[in-house]
Amino acid sequence: MQEGMIERSHPFRQNGISLISQLQQIQQEHGWLPEPELRRLSAATGEPLIEIYRVATFYKSFSLAPRGRHRVTACCGTACHVRGSAGVTREISKLLGVKPGGTSADGRYSLETVNCLGACALAPLVVVDGEYHGNITPAGTRKLLKKITGPEAGNGAAAER
Amino acid sequence: MEALQARLKTPADLERYRAAIKAKQETITHRLSVCGGTGCAGGGSARIRDYLQDYLARRGLSARVALRFTGCLGLCERGPLVIVSPGEIFYQKVTAADAAEIVDQTVLKGELVERLLYTDPLNGEKYVSANEIPFLKKQSRFLLGDNWRLDPASIEDYLGLGGYAVLAGCLDGLNGAEIIARLKASRLRGRGGAGFPTGIKWAEGREAPGDQKYIICNADEGDPGAFMDRSLMEGNPHSVLEGLIIGGYAIGAGEGIVFVRAEYPTAVKNIRLAIARAEEVGLLGEDILGSGFDFRVSVSVGAGAFVSGETSALIRAVEGQVGEPRQKPPHLAQQGLWKKPTVVNNVETLANVPLILRLGTESYSGIGTASSKGTKIFSLVGKVNNTGLVEVPLGMTLREIIDDIGGGIKGGKRFKAVQTGGPSGGCLPASLLDLPTDYEALSEAGSMMGSGGMIVMDEETCMVDLARYFLAFLKEESCGACFSCREGIARMLEMVEAITRGESSPGQLELLEELAAVVKEASMCGLGQTASNPVLSTLRYFREEYLAHLVDRRCPAGVCRDLISFRIEAGICNGCGACRKSCPAGAVEGKKKEPHRIAAALCTRCGICLETCRYGAVLKE
Ligand SMILES: Cc1cc2nc3c(=O)[nH]c(=O)nc-3n(C[C@H](O)[C@H](O)[C@H](O)COP(=O)(O)O)c2cc1C
Ligand code: FES
Repeated sequence: MQEGMIERSHPFRQNGISLISQLQQIQQEHGWLPEPELRRLSAATGEPLIEIYRVATFYKSFSLAPRGRHRVTACCGTACHVRGSAGVTREISKLLGVKPGGTSADGRYSLETVNCLGACALAPLVVVDGEYHGNITPAGTRKLLKKITGPEAGNGAAAER
Repeated sequence: MEALQARLKTPADLERYRAAIKAKQETITHRLSVCGGTGCAGGGSARIRDYLQDYLARRGLSARVALRFTGCLGLCERGPLVIVSPGEIFYQKVTAADAAEIVDQTVLKGELVERLLYTDPLNGEKYVSANEIPFLKKQSRFLLGDNWRLDPASIEDYLGLGGYAVLAGCLDGLNGAEIIARLKASRLRGRGGAGFPTGIKWAEGREAPGDQKYIICNADEGDPGAFMDRSLMEGNPHSVLEGLIIGGYAIGAGEGIVFVRAEYPTAVKNIRLAIARAEEVGLLGEDILGSGFDFRVSVSVGAGAFVSGETSALIRAVEGQVGEPRQKPPHLAQQGLWKKPTVVNNVETLANVPLILRLGTESYSGIGTASSKGTKIFSLVGKVNNTGLVEVPLGMTLREIIDDIGGGIKGGKRFKAVQTGGPSGGCLPASLLDLPTDYEALSEAGSMMGSGGMIVMDEETCMVDLARYFLAFLKEESCGACFSCREGIARMLEMVEAITRGESSPGQLELLEELAAVVKEASMCGLGQTASNPVLSTLRYFREEYLAHLVDRRCPAGVCRDLISFRIEAGICNGCGACRKSCPAGAVEGKKKEPHRIAAALCTRCGICLETCRYGAVLKE
């Protein structure tokens, strides 16, 4: 092992708090990781900005862009997959006009996919603004989203960011 | 419960405290356990709890009726669940509107609320007691069984059930080597995936030179479609913590870390609470129970990366770095967290430790098969009637689990395959249903025990699509450090995708097998080494299905969108117009009361027309 090259562990624990925890704190506060905050973190810890971005882009839970006011999360875990989550996700994506992982240009919606929410009995599962909805079918997506889209929403109402 | 006046300083203090808790519990006449597991919480069980709490207060019953919000009770399919004891009366599909009736009828009058009882879908029988329901009766719930008997936020509940007695016994009468000898004798194997003997791992940790050592609980649970560890962490966090403290004592570690994924906020909250409570009463911290053993535990929250569940990657993640695996040796027992000797164990492995020491190694190793001892929790999901967590003795056959406990396939369809071991595992066909769930038997069949995911599939699941699904998952999750894993998985995915589109040719299957073998051989960590299993096992058992895609350009399960089409049977369609109105692509045309047609060029094959038609006029071909 090239000592010192990849085993640069201790600098990551500035003030006893790991870089990941610090990023989690920033994300908690802002809902995402704004660049000025990351620059500030770099200056405060002496950690190169590129390292911070390396960690921020490696882990799935970090977002480098602001997320929508309404958050839709479709589970694409194995149990949900075998019960048709791919079709459900596709319909939601069309209805909101947002690709999985994306946010609409007007900042209204974002659509995320996750692997298993631990409620596989209710598969396929969709979470709308923190509320769990089970046994969703492609045909059921329009009704499901009405609460956030309003009754008049059509296909791909908002253009993608 | 009155707050404890001072930290417990001796094992006798602990027993006195336990006796006080039990005495206090005697004044309780009834207990209502409301399931707070994810499935039930998704169904609104928190509101049921609030209503119950409110109603109990209004009826002046709060002092003698205890209300608990528990971890997963297992039968998620029928949630929200409420268990009333005594009698272990099992109420299912409960709503907030039922709360008052449960209190008035069952608690006050001792009468049943018939409509909330469980009816078995197979034999049509009604069951009253949780212990009689076939789904639960056929299990051996050593680890999960206490979930409904305790409030995860209450250390008193855990102590009332005899918790931490094993820890006290270890600190008082056994040294680390003796504990390890018992674990070795129990033949416990790791539940995180690889099945490595825990006693041997602990011995390596203990023998490693150095006075600063760590023990880490791996609660990253990355298998998409499995939630065993989550349920233990949420439902019985003290059992995991007790195992971790015993492990720390056995190997000589002063610090324990629970690495838990951020996607499990309740598990994070409950384990944090358990640690804080254990510190308060003196079961963590300095000089635990006067033994001279100091031990602290902290929680590290992951940021979401499947590969970070691999031990060396996990250590980097705990250190705050990018969670990529590294080459071993040096082994973690020599060089782990902050380069100190470190032992990493899975949640369920640790929960087994107090159980083994309580039951005694002999009774424990009486459970299971020759090479696989104890019980295993499986997350039984997919196209099965009773979805949920099942804990069974290792060695129970797949058939017993799926048919007897799971109640067979949903909707009277035919069983096609069961996938075990998550993304590292494989798909097993009907001909292997009598295979015992034993580490070796599953591996020989081309699958894996893994962490306990068990996904049941019927004739409407396409095996090629499933292989594609796992490859897509693994491509996303590969850290990219090894060429074979990074490129190999991506190329396998491309090949399988081409097959699902009907754009492949017969020689491709052999090429796929060859590539799969290379990825297996040439990758550094477990992710790459097992990434080929979903492809290889489906090729081994479901080759005809691949050939149907390749040669006939047909997806027999009707899943792969490029190979299916929808058609309206004019003889059945009565022109009600429901499909026309529901079609998001505007692909259905036809006049009212006249047979409709689907314009193939516009159709996106979403299947909504098929789902909407009440007359069975829409056909998928
Ligand atoms: C890619 C990958 C992901 C893993 N994810 C997990 C996980 O989420 N949880 C877990 O306990 N073990 C996971 N493991 C297995 C661990 O490497 C390790 O074997 C286990 O935590 C050791 O504990 P045990 O001996 O108690 O099973 C993973 C392994 C690999 C290769
Ligand atoms: S796979 Fe979707 S909740 Fe488990």
